[in-house]
Amino acid sequence: MCGIVGLFLKDSTLEPDLGAMLTAMLVTMTDRGPDSAGIAIYSEDSAKPFKITVQSLDPATDFPALSDRIAKLTGAPAQLLEKGSHAVIALAKSAADTVLTMIRSDFPELRIMSQGNRIEIFKETGLPEKVAAEFSVAAMHGTHGIGHTRMATESAVTTLGAHPFSTGSDQCLVHNGSLSNHNSLRRKLVRDGMHFETENDSEVAAAYLTRRMQGGDNLGGALQAGLDDLDGFYTFVVGTETGFGVLRDPIACKPAVMAETDRFVAFGSEYRALVDLPGIKDARVWEPQPAKVYFWER
Amino acid sequence: MTILDLSEQALRSVNAELQSLNGTQSNAEYEIINPRGSHALAVGLNAPIAVKIAGSTGYYCAGMNKHATVQVAGSVGPGVAENMMSGMVVVDGDASQYAGATGHGGLLVVRGNASSRCGISMKGIDIVVQGDIGHMSAFMAQKGNLVVLGDAGDALGDSLYEARLFVRGSVASLGTDCIEKEMRQEHIDLLNDLLARAGVDADPAEFRRYGSARQLYNFHIDNAQAY
Repeated sequence: MCGIVGLFLKDSTLEPDLGAMLTAMLVTMTDRGPDSAGIAIYSEDSAKPFKITVQSLDPATDFPALSDRIAKLTGAPAQLLEKGSHAVIALAKSAADTVLTMIRSDFPELRIMSQGNRIEIFKETGLPEKVAAEFSVAAMHGTHGIGHTRMATESAVTTLGAHPFSTGSDQCLVHNGSLSNHNSLRRKLVRDGMHFETENDSEVAAAYLTRRMQGGDNLGGALQAGLDDLDGFYTFVVGTETGFGVLRDPIACKPAVMAETDRFVAFGSEYRALVDLPGIKDARVWEPQPAKVYFWER
Repeated sequence: MTILDLSEQALRSVNAELQSLNGTQSNAEYEIINPRGSHALAVGLNAPIAVKIAGSTGYYCAGMNKHATVQVAGSVGPGVAENMMSGMVVVDGDASQYAGATGHGGLLVVRGNASSRCGISMKGIDIVVQGDIGHMSAFMAQKGNLVVLGDAGDALGDSLYEARLFVRGSVASLGTDCIEKEMRQEHIDLLNDLLARAGVDADPAEFRRYGSARQLYNFHIDNAQAY
């Protein structure tokens, strides 16, 4: 098991409530995945043109040191917002590559959770309620977001084994299921230049989609190709800077419910996750078809 | 009519109250409000009571039902009326996967669509779906009737035993050993009765019947050397 929730807003007046709505949905899915939880949230903020989210086992030491290094590197005070074991670094897009290279070489103990124009990823081991509180997810605003509660099957219960996985700028994936050809696919993707942080099968799916999109596919095209190349059980929910996609394998054992109104598109592993969304009583609620690509772009 | 409010009363307590009538001939009527997608709601009933659920439910709603009539004014998650023995379960909305799985008797009516594996391993239950059904429905179905007013997904009736399948719309593909069969008068009569009991207005003559070719597990003397 695992639990997935997702929310893609069409009505911008809901954006201040995105974090609160996602948190409530995530906590409802605790009994599907009490091992770890994580959330990816997409927001636009002109004061933060580019964002890097990092995680540390020793935030008290690492984050001030990182802040100093960024200030020296960029010649301006670093904007580093600490949230529990994570920190979000806001910077000019032109400085992003330099800072990312510096973090990878000089701070190998830091884990880069995400990087991109809009995405922030927070994930930790522990109950979803605890994880959401640690990062104050309920106070976050944004345009779309994806959450996951994990019951581990294919790799250890660690921060890096938690979902969402991000393998490309502004991209993320959460997965309920297990892939059977992830080792061979990982080897192929490594030959193509992809980098992996874990032995996790879901990270392979994320990297596969990233690789497809690097090759020119849009999100829908990448998911369609995944139907041929990914073997196993899966319900995926995928986020990009502007989009939100859903794909279930052809057998479709892993549960999924979707709801759509003129204000939002929502995903839940179970209907329970959707019951408090505004206007859910009049929403179009349906079970996504097996082997059918669903995606929304703003 | 007794109202049971799941926002005030715990799920186990609601189920225990309904089950307290098991073994009686009670015709009591209940309405369950605020179900909020709860799992295993109104399961294990064994009395001719009537239960209406005002909203959508989660997994295994009305499982193992005997004698009771359960109506869901909403949609249901996986495994509705699983292993039903008798009575009637009506879903006003859609049903998720394996609706009516392994059911021995009674009538399950889904007014919307049912997804994959509807009626898997059914053993005597009657299922009427007014919308479509998903792939692998009636897999290894042994006995009973599956009636579909809409379309059926891939591999309908794979490895079927003696259940009868009636589909009014298209069938994406038939499973192994499932074939189309002649609609005789007895099948028209059977459908008339099932549709009337399900409260569905449809012409039995518009349905096609599918059943087992009875070839899959038969021993052929010509193949003796293979054993």
